[in-house]
Amino acid sequence: MSAHSPLLSLKDVSKGFFGLQVITDVSFDIAAGARMALIGPNGAGKTTIFNLISGVYTPDKGQINFAGQEISLVPSRKRIGLGLARSFQNIRLMPHLSVVENIMLGQQSQAGGLLSMATPLMGRSRWRREAEDLLARMNLETYPGEVVATLPYGIRKKIEVVRALASNPKLLMLDEPAAGLNPNETASLRDFLMGISEAGTTILIVEHDMGLVRSLCDQAIVLNFGRKIYDGLTRDVQEDPLVLEAYLGSRHAQENAHA
Amino acid sequence: MSGYWAGILSILAINIIFAYGIFIPVASGQLNLGGAGFQAVGAYSAGWLSASFGLPVSVTIAFGIIVTGVIGVLIAFPILRTKGVYLVLATFAFAEVIAGAILSSEPLGGAMGISVPGYIDWYVSVIFAGLVTVFVFYLMATRFGLTIRAIHDDEDVSDLMGVSVRNVKVAAFGIGAALTGLSGGLYAHSFSYIEIQGFNALVSIYVLLYVLLGGTQTAWGPLVGATFFTLLPEALRSVLPATKNFLVTLFGETGIVAPPDESWRFVILGALTVLMMVFRPEGLVTRTMVERLQFWRPVSRGVTQ
Ligand SMILES: Nc1ncnc2c1ncn2[C@@H]1O[C@H](COP(=O)(O)OP(=O)(O)O)[C@@H](O)[C@H]1O
Ligand SMILES: [Mg+2]
Repeated sequence: MSAHSPLLSLKDVSKGFFGLQVITDVSFDIAAGARMALIGPNGAGKTTIFNLISGVYTPDKGQINFAGQEISLVPSRKRIGLGLARSFQNIRLMPHLSVVENIMLGQQSQAGGLLSMATPLMGRSRWRREAEDLLARMNLETYPGEVVATLPYGIRKKIEVVRALASNPKLLMLDEPAAGLNPNETASLRDFLMGISEAGTTILIVEHDMGLVRSLCDQAIVLNFGRKIYDGLTRDVQEDPLVLEAYLGSRHAQENAHA
Repeated sequence: MSGYWAGILSILAINIIFAYGIFIPVASGQLNLGGAGFQAVGAYSAGWLSASFGLPVSVTIAFGIIVTGVIGVLIAFPILRTKGVYLVLATFAFAEVIAGAILSSEPLGGAMGISVPGYIDWYVSVIFAGLVTVFVFYLMATRFGLTIRAIHDDEDVSDLMGVSVRNVKVAAFGIGAALTGLSGGLYAHSFSYIEIQGFNALVSIYVLLYVLLGGTQTAWGPLVGATFFTLLPEALRSVLPATKNFLVTLFGETGIVAPPDESWRFVILGALTVLMMVFRPEGLVTRTMVERLQFWRPVSRGVTQ
């Protein structure tokens, strides 16, 4: 990989389900170290893009390059080990595991190998300590022993971010991490992500909170009906005629639907 | 020790090991309704080797563990392709196939069963039950245990986290089968006689109930479930006649309802099962409960760079 090639690159990626075209010829690059927002109206295909990058779906067409490697055919299980980690729009923590166990699951790709499967994760285990430290960095240190299912939504949302981080990723992909958080929580999430970014992690974030997007991301990609309609600076995005039309158009459509 | 108590302790120990053998795949979300089939493989492997060649018990039981474990791994690949109720049916069918094969096999005694030389005392099974309990507690505390429980909760996310879901499921199934084989070998040598009718569908259902009612989230579940449901019928065996005598002296033979006798044991057991399913669907022992019982452990607050 040359110094200037992007960390992640999609080329003409398309995906459909049963004849319904969901993603059409989407191409974009994300440079190492960038903080990129992926925005667009509901149903635009943002989560599907995440699923294509993380390997939940295989593209019908096009290439996905990550860290200099074509990954479309790399099994989903192996992608986190390459440095690709994500969170989920609808929280997908393991409900019967404790908080710290969920984080230790996030370390799976780092632990590696058959031998690691036989190592206990109790007490002074290195993995448990690292997981607890990571939780402390997000002010979640009071929760390690709690079973996830019993925790409030905002806390679980944060834990998902920490779990993704536990794999020590090159690219951290977050699907609406601020949805359902209050303004204080959102501000603390922003500071936390800023810190992660400064430590060198590239961030791709799907988010509807434009305040968070503007204060965190310098660049944005906008999707509408599965096509890319904008790729540039975040600060100019709301003046772009296509973007305005996409959002206003969809709002009109919604109003008509409600009428 | 009286023969009665020796028998109870042997059965208790064997049931605990049996329950752990079912628990490990169940903890990963794989319901196994073929427990009796795996147990029969262990019992007949050990019993046959012992009866035919007179090998020492340590060898025959080890042989039973290996045969059952290998069969477990081999059938795990096709069987784990099925999910949910189909997996339950597949394991059930496996047990029926095993029973049918043994029933029609002359060297294994067919319907007559076989006498097993090499008698072992109750404490051998009890020691094994202790070792297996420690082993399973250890296993559940390892990363393997963590991945088992993660797969139980969400297979797809486990995969995205880098867990080799299929390998972990096969390993869980194989280890479970090996433990079930051990319980079978111990059974054969504790009771000196095995017949295939003793490894029927009801046995598979009961052991699965021990595990589900005990709780599948921690290694405490099968221990509590197997102990409770093995000892309860024994306790009822003496409590019920006493209750009957008491009620007869109170109301006479013709009270409002007939006083309970021995046969009520299974009624009470059934009612208890239904009640537990309603009030503790996640089993007697849950994760949160164990967590609450543990001492509060201080958390390292140091922030690392
Ligand atoms: N597995 C699937 N099967 C069928 N349709 C799907 C599937 N996944 C996504 N879609 C469709 O693709 C479109 C985009 O969905 P999604 O990527 O979730 O949008 P967004 O995240 O931008 O709101 C939606 O119309 C959705 O119904
Ligand atoms: Mg979405």
